Amino acid sequence: MSEQHATQYSSAGAQKLAVSEKKELTGSQEKTVPGRFFVPATDVFETEEGLTLAMEMPGVGRENLEVSLEDGVLRVEGRLDFSGYAGMEPVYTEYNVGHYARSFSLSDKIDQDNIDARLEDGVLTLTLPRSPAARPRRIEIT
Amino acid sequence: MARITNPFSTLLNLQQALDTFRTSGWLDAGPSGSGAYPPINVFRKGDDFALIAEAPGVKKSDLEVQIKGRTVRISGSKAVNYPEGSSVHRRERLEGRFDRVVTLPTEIDPEHARAECRDGVLALMLSRAESDKPKTIKVA
Repeated sequence: MSEQHATQYSSAGAQKLAVSEKKELTGSQEKTVPGRFFVPATDVFETEEGLTLAMEMPGVGRENLEVSLEDGVLRVEGRLDFSGYAGMEPVYTEYNVGHYARSFSLSDKIDQDNIDARLEDGVLTLTLPRSPAARPRRIEIT
Repeated sequence: MARITNPFSTLLNLQQALDTFRTSGWLDAGPSGSGAYPPINVFRKGDDFALIAEAPGVKKSDLEVQIKGRTVRISGSKAVNYPEGSSVHRRERLEGRFDRVVTLPTEIDPEHARAECRDGVLALMLSRAESDKPKTIKVA
């Protein structure tokens, strides 16, 4: 999925935006609650300071987000508040709604105390700074 | 939809209800716009329609909604930025511009239409135009 999307990418930003079908969460771990979960579309990039993740979770408010980092596994879960749909009768639909969940195993040592999470326009941005010991060091050759 | 005490069974009900209409040709009647983004769900609430679109990462200032007669136009652009000098590991989010026109089966009153964008979800509350509402005729 990621490879296919990467080819559609245009740095100019003038390209027509394509619709990417929401991916349903499938995995060995089944949820104890009924209802489908979706995998948020995620960008991962690395800077010298650490790793940044940008996850698209439309409809998830900050009060319904849960981020945990345990044994090098980063887990993000966003719960959808669907109470607004009460009393509404669907007549035409193109996408489905649901909670979001995704986990990543991290190879770097993360400075757990300085993880920064921001939610803006349905996009969660997680900044995971490397612990000082894992930062790249420049070694001077004498 | 009936309110059930267990919220999770309600989500499942909602998901099943949304799936049922995935194949509906409800919006096909009119000339459709030049794009498919953002994906749209349409709900009926009494006489009014609610048009819900998912557009995560689109800023309010980059979003434009126009209403005329039966048609609703949603246009704008979405940018995905990476800081300079970063190496990208995974790229799943798309960027670009979009322009979508949908035609509803009834006239919309543009004066009473409301648009709201929260957490990447655009919600348009569209009232049916007074002139388009059926009149009840008293049988003498």
